[in-house]
Amino acid sequence: MPAEEFALATPAHAIPPAARLHPKRMRKHRGWRAVANYLALSALALIVLIPLYVTVVNSLLQPNLIAHQPPPLFPVHPDWSAYSTAWSEGNLGVYLRNSAIATTIIVSGQLITTLFAAYSFAFLEFPFKRTLFILFLSTMMIPFEVTLVTNLATITDLGWYNTFAGLTIPFLATGFGTFLLRQAFLQLPKDLREAARLDGYGHVRFLFRVALPLTRPTVAALAVFSFLGAWNQYLWPLVVTGDNNAIRTVQIGLKQLQATQANQINVTLAGTIIAAAPLLILLIIFQKQLVRGLTAGAVK
Amino acid sequence: MTVEAIVGPSARRRVRRKRRRREALIGYAFILPALFVFCLFTFYPFLHNFKLALYQTSPYPNEPSKFVGLHQVGQVLSSTQFLQSLTSTILFTLMVVPIGLMLGLLLAVVAHRKLKGIGIYRTIFSSTVVTSVAIAAVIFGTFMDPVVGLLPWLGINPTPPLLENPTWALPAVAIVTIWQGLGLSFIIMSAGLQSVPDDVLEAAEVDGASPSSRFWHIIVPLLSPILFFALVIATISAFQSFGQIDLLTGSNSAYLHTDVLTYFIYQNIQGQAPNPGVASVLSIALFLMTLTLTLIQLRYVERRVQYAR
Repeated sequence: MPAEEFALATPAHAIPPAARLHPKRMRKHRGWRAVANYLALSALALIVLIPLYVTVVNSLLQPNLIAHQPPPLFPVHPDWSAYSTAWSEGNLGVYLRNSAIATTIIVSGQLITTLFAAYSFAFLEFPFKRTLFILFLSTMMIPFEVTLVTNLATITDLGWYNTFAGLTIPFLATGFGTFLLRQAFLQLPKDLREAARLDGYGHVRFLFRVALPLTRPTVAALAVFSFLGAWNQYLWPLVVTGDNNAIRTVQIGLKQLQATQANQINVTLAGTIIAAAPLLILLIIFQKQLVRGLTAGAVK
Repeated sequence: MTVEAIVGPSARRRVRRKRRRREALIGYAFILPALFVFCLFTFYPFLHNFKLALYQTSPYPNEPSKFVGLHQVGQVLSSTQFLQSLTSTILFTLMVVPIGLMLGLLLAVVAHRKLKGIGIYRTIFSSTVVTSVAIAAVIFGTFMDPVVGLLPWLGINPTPPLLENPTWALPAVAIVTIWQGLGLSFIIMSAGLQSVPDDVLEAAEVDGASPSSRFWHIIVPLLSPILFFALVIATISAFQSFGQIDLLTGSNSAYLHTDVLTYFIYQNIQGQAPNPGVASVLSIALFLMTLTLTLIQLRYVERRVQYAR
């Protein structure tokens, strides 16, 4: 019997008296361990947070103070004007709105196409189902960058260059999402569909009244996951929005801010905080769903 | 024999066939929207690459491109610019992936104990997952700025400055990428650690296994499927890095050796002289690199499933 199995199999009362002192010593030991653990945690947290902290501090300083050496560790006289400059001159208000619109279209569109497709693959029978499902899965092997050349041409030919349609429609389906939701649907009891059918539920009603509520955690995870992807997109919005301020997203807005406010670093940094804030808030609220979405492929 | 006895089964069969046909129609209708998007924006542009790769874009605008067969493919793949781009991509991946994964694992192991307030630390460790590459690039670009940056103040100030230095630009961009990927790496590693049974770790502790031997002999082997998954995901996403390069080194990328494949593709789409043919050859190369990795992963996962049985 291997050592760890033995330790597991031994009930507490079977431990000889001499060894029974051990837990007490260990508890004391554990107190120091906890302190050491907190120190390690805090040191690492500091390393992760320093870039964000310094950015917040610098965004609140006058430009001449940022270049001051050594740099101040705390904004004694915080100057919030960089935020209003980034918002108005950097046009970030508009860009945030554009990002919100594009992200909403992508997330809701993805959820709708994915719900129907996953339902079809999980509950319905039709010829070539397996082949079609493999076709869906194969899209995961084609990185978007690989389709860039022709997609740009297609969007231009359709007259969608510089429009929300061009920004969002190429992303309205997801192979990964279909796979994830189909798995969730397949976990539902088999006779559920049959019972609902006898109650007169059609497929659409069954999908939205029964299957969707029962798989809500997976759907939520998928929604948060695609939100993150859509909000943080960079390459496609860059090539498809050209010089059009009216639909440019906040990520591209940051590039523009960096180029135009080069001598006002506090404004650029205020802009990054503005751009990061919505998602940081979202992370705090939806951490569980986000973690579930991000690890769906890794752990069962 | 009555009439009903003969008609009955066949009529029932007809009803069943009708219902099956209806179900198939609904099935197709339900997958149609997603399939349409995939056909138009994934399969068609993917396959179109193989055609475009055979046509050479004319250097003069308004002149049609010319069929040159595999000539262009050979020309691009043997060009020094492609070889440099490929080298940059691989070097960049080698810098980003192992360090990123190890740091993520370190954070996950340290945050694994059930301590009071651990939730706050977990949120902090995950926080970079919501920062985009653009945000990370701007933040670190400021850090590395020769005038106002924190790094030069700490004494890390080569001439020419970090982001204008052919030796240092790629590692600098790699650091930005590592920081930005830390949150995801932590989240995946934590999820993996949670699947390691606590009693196994406790038993090892009771048996007097040191922290380092517990790490190497218990955690790492039990975590190997997740580590492998994370490795493949991280490598594929490193291959696709673009935003941080565009923002930090931009049009100097070729000179600074930061022109990874995705950036090279971008230059051939939007640069001064767009060249769809070359961009297509590069896209196919990027696809083949990704495919190889995915296939390795699939094979590994298959083997793991067999072991589990």
